[in-house]
Amino acid sequence: MPHRILTANHLRDGGVVFLAADGGWVRSPEAATIAACADDERGLSTIAATAVADQTVVGPYLVDVTVTDGRPVPVRARERIRVSGPTVPADFRADAASA
Amino acid sequence: MYQYDEYDQRLVDERVEQFRDQVRRRLSGELSEDEFKPLRLMNGLYLQLHAYMLRVAIPYGTLSSAQMRTLATLARRWDRGYGHFTTRQNIQYNWPKLEDVPDMLAELAKVGMHAIQTSGNCIRNVTADHFAGVARDEIEDPRIWAEIIRQWSTLHPEFSFLPRKFKIAITGSPNDRAAVKVHDIGLRMLRNADGDVGFEVIVGGGQGRTPFIGETIRAFLPKQHLLSYLEAILRVYNQYGRRDNSFKARIKILVNALGAAEFARQVEAEWAHLRDGALTLPAAEVDRIAAQFAPPVLPPVAEPIPAFDMARLTDPAFGRWARTNLFAHKVPGYASVLISLKPVGGVPGDATADQMDALADLADRYSQGEIRVTHGQNLVLPSVGKAHLPDLWQQLTALGLAEANIGLVSDIIACPGLDYCALANARSIPIAQRISQRFADIGRQHDIGELQLKISGCINACGHHHVGHIGILGVDKKGEEFYQITLGGKAEEDAALGKIVGPAFSYDAVVDAVETIVDTYLVERRSGERFIDTYRRTGLAPFRARLYGETIDAAA
Repeated sequence: MPHRILTANHLRDGGVVFLAADGGWVRSPEAATIAACADDERGLSTIAATAVADQTVVGPYLVDVTVTDGRPVPVRARERIRVSGPTVPADFRADAASA
Repeated sequence: MYQYDEYDQRLVDERVEQFRDQVRRRLSGELSEDEFKPLRLMNGLYLQLHAYMLRVAIPYGTLSSAQMRTLATLARRWDRGYGHFTTRQNIQYNWPKLEDVPDMLAELAKVGMHAIQTSGNCIRNVTADHFAGVARDEIEDPRIWAEIIRQWSTLHPEFSFLPRKFKIAITGSPNDRAAVKVHDIGLRMLRNADGDVGFEVIVGGGQGRTPFIGETIRAFLPKQHLLSYLEAILRVYNQYGRRDNSFKARIKILVNALGAAEFARQVEAEWAHLRDGALTLPAAEVDRIAAQFAPPVLPPVAEPIPAFDMARLTDPAFGRWARTNLFAHKVPGYASVLISLKPVGGVPGDATADQMDALADLADRYSQGEIRVTHGQNLVLPSVGKAHLPDLWQQLTALGLAEANIGLVSDIIACPGLDYCALANARSIPIAQRISQRFADIGRQHDIGELQLKISGCINACGHHHVGHIGILGVDKKGEEFYQITLGGKAEEDAALGKIVGPAFSYDAVVDAVETIVDTYLVERRSGERFIDTYRRTGLAPFRARLYGETIDAAA
């Protein structure tokens, strides 16, 4: 089965977040915890349900990734753009604004 | 311009406070996302790919300079310094924080603006000809009727939970600049044999997954019956429109399933109960609203105007701009000025906060403080004295807002696409940018002539690709972006849906394909033919041959 990471939008600012290994939500997919089996995915989904109930995140879902040098890269173009922000223009990219 | 009365203002102010309380309850956990989502959508707040998005209504595309400055303030204070003007004469902010949105709405309410009914299954912002009230070819100002529809449809309890969203467009001119044939209801003002002005009522047009050109169900509706007749249409739709399948829930599906004649019969039967009732418009109320759209007092100026003609003849850049970016005004000596939001390599429809403020200043100086938003994602200064045009052009040039490309190949409509939109399958904006860069030579664009290119990042067709002379639709093929091209679409009074030219092109190949199509036109065109004329004469064949060669039969 493909590797997957769990993503959502942050409730307060709407920003894209990923579930990290320590159970926290992070902005960078590189720190996301990677599920490699159905058990892992069930675990992530349980954490996600709690985070939704706690008003931390909105709309969590699993994203298929390939893992290169330990880093997850989404398979679909949509998810790659969601990770990196609008492809144009650079000034409006999520990382530029949060820097 | 229309000024809110105490009822309008109270309604908008109360809505701000209601939403402030809803956001507070969402953040405190009293409301779940499932409970909150319909409430935020009723206030134009979406959750998009990267962030929340706030869609603000610009009723019938008319803005005062004060309102434009408020739009700039929102962009600067609560967003990332820019906003995006849309194909529905709205503006969208791409990066608001949830907790800031009540303050944004409160700021809007101070200038009579809001985000009510910019989402959800209700009657959306009514759109109109962007030259309303000033166009030389106009019969009557359609904004008077758009404003009456706005008042009737705002928070209308019976039509707050329709089967699907509902869009009404209105033109007061025989030359349709509001795309009325591709709306749920299109209204076209006309004069009958007795000289009375009324409406042709067109229903069931639309784009999206299943595009249709609207059908006329009433050739002439006297003005005083406008609301009762609209109510009859909405009632038939509300009762019989499909609620079991959101893809089949728009009125166009119902009209197509019943046939226009049967749909019209049902509307007329419903109208028999409503006609001459409480919704009949009293002349005094119409006059009250009409007075607020009284045209600006513009003393006619005899033409020719030497300062304008001299500049046109001696400065080729100004001459080019004057050819494409001016529109005939009803008062001699004036013009409506189209301000292109399509610079080479830019994002169609985007304007920075600084540009918005500067345009508000220019509107005050040259155009009675008024600005319009077009469904083509450009802006308009509606009434500028022609003697002032050279000065205005200089200032627009300094702001990067003097692109002389209105109606040309780089004046592209593009939806936000996969760069922003949660529904999109493919990017639109970078395709538009690359096409405008490919055709950056403005002399070449003028040689190519009128060509409407429209790009949607998914089948929902916010970028109007079905009615583009060249339409581009982004599709997802196994997780990668591909682009299907249609030719021959048209949005005006002779509206038509484009035809698919052949198999889709990759992200890398689509700009070459567009250039091949344009080159084919240049080879095929006869004297005086626009792109659409040549296409209508030749059909798809020469374009397919150049794009696909002999592989087309196997590939298709």
